[in-house]
Amino acid sequence: MKLAASVGRTVDRFRADFAADLAFLGETATAALGVLFRPDRFRFGDAALAFQRAAFDGLPIATGIGFLLGVILAFQSAAALQMFGVEVYVADLLAIGLFRELGPIITAIVLAGRSGSAFAAEIGTMKVDEELDALTTMGLPPVRFLVLPRIAAALLAMPVLTIFAELAGLVGGALVLQLMDVPTVVFWDHVKGTTTFFMIAFGLAKAALFGLLVGLIGCGAGMRTQSTADGVGVAATRAVVGGIIAIAVSDGLLAVVCYVWNL
Amino acid sequence: MEAATTSGETIIRLERVDAGYPGRTILKDVSFDVRRGEIFVLLGGSGCGKSTILKHMIGLNPVLGGKLTLAGREWTRRTRAQLCRAIGVMYQSGALFGSMTCLENVLLPLEEFSRLGRKARRERALSLLADVELADAADKLPSEISGGMRKRVAIARAMALEPEVVFLDEPSAGLDPITSFALDELILRLRREKGMTFVVVTHELPSIFKIADRCAMFDKARQGLIALGTPAALRDTSKDAFVQQFFRRGTSNGQ
Repeated sequence: MKLAASVGRTVDRFRADFAADLAFLGETATAALGVLFRPDRFRFGDAALAFQRAAFDGLPIATGIGFLLGVILAFQSAAALQMFGVEVYVADLLAIGLFRELGPIITAIVLAGRSGSAFAAEIGTMKVDEELDALTTMGLPPVRFLVLPRIAAALLAMPVLTIFAELAGLVGGALVLQLMDVPTVVFWDHVKGTTTFFMIAFGLAKAALFGLLVGLIGCGAGMRTQSTADGVGVAATRAVVGGIIAIAVSDGLLAVVCYVWNL
Repeated sequence: MEAATTSGETIIRLERVDAGYPGRTILKDVSFDVRRGEIFVLLGGSGCGKSTILKHMIGLNPVLGGKLTLAGREWTRRTRAQLCRAIGVMYQSGALFGSMTCLENVLLPLEEFSRLGRKARRERALSLLADVELADAADKLPSEISGGMRKRVAIARAMALEPEVVFLDEPSAGLDPITSFALDELILRLRREKGMTFVVVTHELPSIFKIADRCAMFDKARQGLIALGTPAALRDTSKDAFVQQFFRRGTSNGQ
């Protein structure tokens, strides 16, 4: 009986969360359409500030992780390829892996941890401090005022961070191969030979999608913060966990699409 | 208490209102009027539902039952834009935006709804800050001023669009008695100079006796309005045990 009640409560909670998520999504889409028709209503200053925090302040960590990822991938794959004397193909592996897959996904996880949680905490704190109520009673929709600038910032910051992370990863790989006596010129020749415009564009489009998801989930978690002692902490955790799950699921779906359409 | 400057005209009317949240009724069958130009206080113990009824009155939550009208027109028949021009709200925490200066906080509703030009808006915001004696703090961030000053900025912001009614949620909460006294003086001066109607949520008896023309008292256990009248009348004539107990505790500093 207790189990049935527990299952019932969980299902009820999921249903309520799903309804709240849908409502938030609809509200955000409506607000976004609204600012498309009235761009003067978009808070460019707030978006610029959020972009600065997400992109510029996040640059060292995204670049650092990209560099380390390149170094690790190069070392691991070179060990196997060296047995066949083809360690130079590490460059091809790195280019394809970073531009298509690892660059966007690693950067998105960094963004979810840094900015997604920050969005949730900022908006959550404002909710607890009644600032969202204040906006509503002043006739300023919180979604247009707080959510849209942050989502726009995440959407734009992701491709920028991804480019830097990918380049740093390639630099890391080049350094490793140099240690294995593969000249840097040869490394870059292989990178250039393997990389296509589509590969880069697809990776960056994927990065923008991940940015959108991180922004949406972070802000949504903030908007649903409860006025309890751990409310803001719970919202930040939901933003990070939800963001990472959304990134993984959407990346998996894109992988299937790419496979089916032979992209 | 200062002499009331009310016109007698009803500006807010609650008729048999049930207050609370969907699935949770906190107050039942509440009816009272607020007159134009008066300072009307909602009081009661913690958790009695006075902030809940305030949320209905400022249009944040719809009432669960009954009718709530502002200047003869039902709340639900007003658009959000009409409502936010008609009312101003000062929240308990002040609810100022931390990334904006005090001036920018006051400018916010003006930028959204006022037809004034940029320079005129700025002048109006500065004049509002001067009204609350904070012209010098215009360029400061909320984190750089005291709690009492933040509440005064919030009052200036609430008055920006010259609303018909200003709602103040626990203006004295978290303030020392001297700052609280100064805030009460400010509310009385603003009512005198601007003729605005104030609805104040508080349980601070010194404040109630200083500013309130009339008050409505709620009780959590009975889930409703238990007394309505001037503070002195409630204290001196009410036969309700809870009302007597509530006022007896504050009599020594209430008068």
